[in-house]
Amino acid sequence: MLRSLHISPSKCTGCLQCEMACSFENEGVFNPSKSRIKVFTFHDEGRFAPYTCTQCAEAWCMQACPVDAIVLNRETGSKDVLNDVCVGCKVCTIACPFGTINYNTDTGKVVKCDLCGGDPACVKACPTEAITYIDADATGLDRMRQWAAQSITGNA
Amino acid sequence: MGWTRNVLRVNLTAGTCTREPLNMEWAGQFLGQRGLGSKYLSEEMDPKAEALGPDNKLIFATGPLTGTIAATGGRYSVITKSPLTGGIACSNSGGFIGAEMKMAGWDMVIFEGKSATPVYLHIENETATLLPADVIWGKSCWDADKTLHAIHQDPQMRISVVGRAAEKGNLYSAIINDLHRAAGRSGVGTVMASKNLKAVCVRGNKGMSADSLHDPVAFMTSTAAGKKVLAENAVTGEGLPALGTQVLMNVINEVGAMPTRNMREVHFEGASKISGEAMLEPRPGDGKPNLVTNAACFSCTIACGRISTIDKGHFTVQNKPQYWGASGGLEYEAAWALGSDTGISDLDTLTYANFLCNEDGIDPISFGATVAAAMEMFQDGAITTEHTGGMELTFGSAEALAWAAEVTAQGEGFGLDIGLGSKRLCEKYGRPELSMTVKGQEFPAYDPRGIQGMGLAYATSNRGACHLRAYTVSSEILGVPEKTDPLVTEGKAGLVKAFQDATSLVDSSGLCVFTTFAWSMDDIAPQLNAACEGDWSVDACLEVGERIWNLERDFNNRAGMTSKDDSLPPRLLKEGAPSGPAKGKVSGLPEMLPEYYELRGWTQDGEVTTQTKQRLGL
Repeated sequence: MLRSLHISPSKCTGCLQCEMACSFENEGVFNPSKSRIKVFTFHDEGRFAPYTCTQCAEAWCMQACPVDAIVLNRETGSKDVLNDVCVGCKVCTIACPFGTINYNTDTGKVVKCDLCGGDPACVKACPTEAITYIDADATGLDRMRQWAAQSITGNA
Repeated sequence: MGWTRNVLRVNLTAGTCTREPLNMEWAGQFLGQRGLGSKYLSEEMDPKAEALGPDNKLIFATGPLTGTIAATGGRYSVITKSPLTGGIACSNSGGFIGAEMKMAGWDMVIFEGKSATPVYLHIENETATLLPADVIWGKSCWDADKTLHAIHQDPQMRISVVGRAAEKGNLYSAIINDLHRAAGRSGVGTVMASKNLKAVCVRGNKGMSADSLHDPVAFMTSTAAGKKVLAENAVTGEGLPALGTQVLMNVINEVGAMPTRNMREVHFEGASKISGEAMLEPRPGDGKPNLVTNAACFSCTIACGRISTIDKGHFTVQNKPQYWGASGGLEYEAAWALGSDTGISDLDTLTYANFLCNEDGIDPISFGATVAAAMEMFQDGAITTEHTGGMELTFGSAEALAWAAEVTAQGEGFGLDIGLGSKRLCEKYGRPELSMTVKGQEFPAYDPRGIQGMGLAYATSNRGACHLRAYTVSSEILGVPEKTDPLVTEGKAGLVKAFQDATSLVDSSGLCVFTTFAWSMDDIAPQLNAACEGDWSVDACLEVGERIWNLERDFNNRAGMTSKDDSLPPRLLKEGAPSGPAKGKVSGLPEMLPEYYELRGWTQDGEVTTQTKQRLGL
C-alpha cells in the first residue's frame, strides 16, 4: 500500500522540528536551510503551514530532466533524484509548479523530498500530528470522518 | 561538543568585527549562554563601570543545545550590566534568532565600545559587517524589521532590534526578536541603544552537523525521550499549549497571591476576564476569540506562545489598521502587570498595550508595574493631571493604560517619566516606599506574602525582582517536583537555592526553563552529555549551576551590592495580606535570609567567601 504525506496546517505550531529532522536524516545536519520540507509563517493571520513535494503522478520535474536523473521509486511512489546522474542543470526547479525541488549549492545537485525511503523523519518529529503519513488512496479519510461524525449527531 | 567554538567580537568604537576561538576551559565550567556569557562579562569589564557608558559590554550568547532538535533548543540570552539595577543582567529569549546564530556558526557575539553613529550588525555565516542604521534609527522594532528584510531581500533573515523607547533612554527597554519574542527584562535594550546599535540581523545556512555532537546516536535517543516526557506531562503537554502561561491567572488568584493595584491587594476581582480561559471566549464586539492560535519557538514541542488579535472596533485600534492583524498575545506576566496590577480587566486594552510593548521593545512587567505605582501616586495626589498633561491616571482606567503605553513606547511626554521605572519614578515624586521593586527591578506576578518562597527568591535574585531565577511557585503551588506549603518559611532557603542552581544550568544550555515543569535534571543531563564533550552528569550540571549563581553574585558584590540590597519593599514586610489564605501574613524574608546565606557559604553581609569561591573554582 502506498502512503502519502498529509499536512494539516491548522495543527502546526511553527516549531520547525520537521525541518530539523529532515535535514538531519538526509544531510546529517540540524539546518532548516537544508530541509526538504518548509514551514511558512503567515504572521498577520497567525497561521503556519508546512509544505513539501506532493510526489505528482505525472511529475513535471521528472518529465523535464534531460538526463533522466529523477526516477519513480515503485515501493514508495516518491520521485527520487539520482545524485550520480544529476548534472545540476536546474531545469526541474523551473518545471516544478510548486517550488518543492531546489538546487543545493554545496553539492551541485538538486534536492527534493523522497519520503525518506518510506519512513519520513518529519512525521516522527512533528509533535502535533500536523504531518502524518497515511494511505495514499484515502487522504480524505479524516475529513470524511468529520462529516460522518456530524451525520450521527441527530441533525442529519 | 555542541559549541561552534566561534566568538564574534564587535568593537563598535573601532567599527571592527573579528573572530576568536571560544574559551573551552570556561565552556567546561560555565556551559554556555547565561553562564558562559556571564563569565566573559565578569572577566572583561569592571562591574563598577557605567551601565550606559562605552565600558559596559553587551553579549548575545547561545547554549550548546541551541540550534539542535532538543525540544526548546532555540534560546539565547543577552548578558550585560543593567541600567535598571546596576547589577548583572541576563535576559533570555526564544523565537528563532538564537538558533540562526548557531546556523551561521557562532556561539556568542560580544559588543564592546560605542559607535559614533547609529549602526546595525549584519551576519551572514562567517561574514559579519557593521552597516549604517540611518534608515531605521527612530523607527519602531516592527518598522525596522520590515525595512531590514526589504533591504536585504531575505525573508529568512532573523532580526533582534530595539525600538524608540530604548533610543529615548527608557530604562527597561527590551531587545525584540522575530517581532514578538523578547530579551525582556532589566533594560538590556537600553544598553544596546546606548551603544548606537539598532539591530542585529542573522542568516546562517551552515547548520549544526552530526559531527559537532559528542554522540549523535545518544543525542537523538535522549532528545526523543525528552520530547515524550514533555508530551505526556499535564502542564507541558496540555496546560501550556492550550492556555499558555495564562493557565496561571485563575490559579494564582484563587490562592490569594495575585498582586493587585500596586500590590495593595492579593486578589483581583477581574482576573477571570483577563485569564487564559477568557482569551478563548468569543468577544462581544466581533464574536471572535482573542486567541488565534498557540505558537512555538524554534524546536519547541510545548508551544505555549499566544497569537492574538484585537477587536477592530475597539477604541484602542479604531482607524489603526497596523494593529488589526494577529501578533504576540498576552502571557501571564504581561496580563498581570498590565491588568491586575493596574486594576484593568479589559482584554482588548491589555492586548493592545502588549502589542505596543512588542512594537517598541519595552518590558511589559516593568512597564505595567510602573504604571501601577504611578496610579497609586495619582490617587494620593503626588502625581496630578498637570504632570500627565490632563490624563486621569486612575486604577482601572483602560484609557489611561492605552495612553501610557503609547507615550512610553514612543518616549514622549510623561512617557519619559514612566520609562524611568517604578523606583526612580517613586523617588522623583517623593514616594519611594510605593515602588514595588528589588534592586530597582519591578516584581512579577506572585505576591510573596501568599507564596513565601518567592519573597526570598525575589530578594536574592541577581537581576532584581524576578520569577525566573527560582520559580518556587512550581513547588509551593503546583507541587512540582514536590508540594510544599506556600504559607510557611521553613525549608524555603534550601528550596530557593536548589531552584536557583538548577535554573542557572537550564538557562545556560539553550533549553527553555518551562521544560522543568516536566523535566528534572535526570532528563536534561543526558541530552547535554550526548551533545557536549566532558562530564555532564546530573551532579556536574548542578555544580555548574551553583558556580554560575555565585559568579553572578560576585559580579554584583563587586558592583557594590550588599545584603542591604537583598530586601523587599516595606509594604510586603509590614502590611499583612488583606484577604485570602495568607490574610494577615507578611513576607517572612528576615527569617529565611540568614539561613540562605549560610547554605550558600556566604557571609551574613551577603559576600561570597573565598572558601566558597575556591570550592567552586571561581
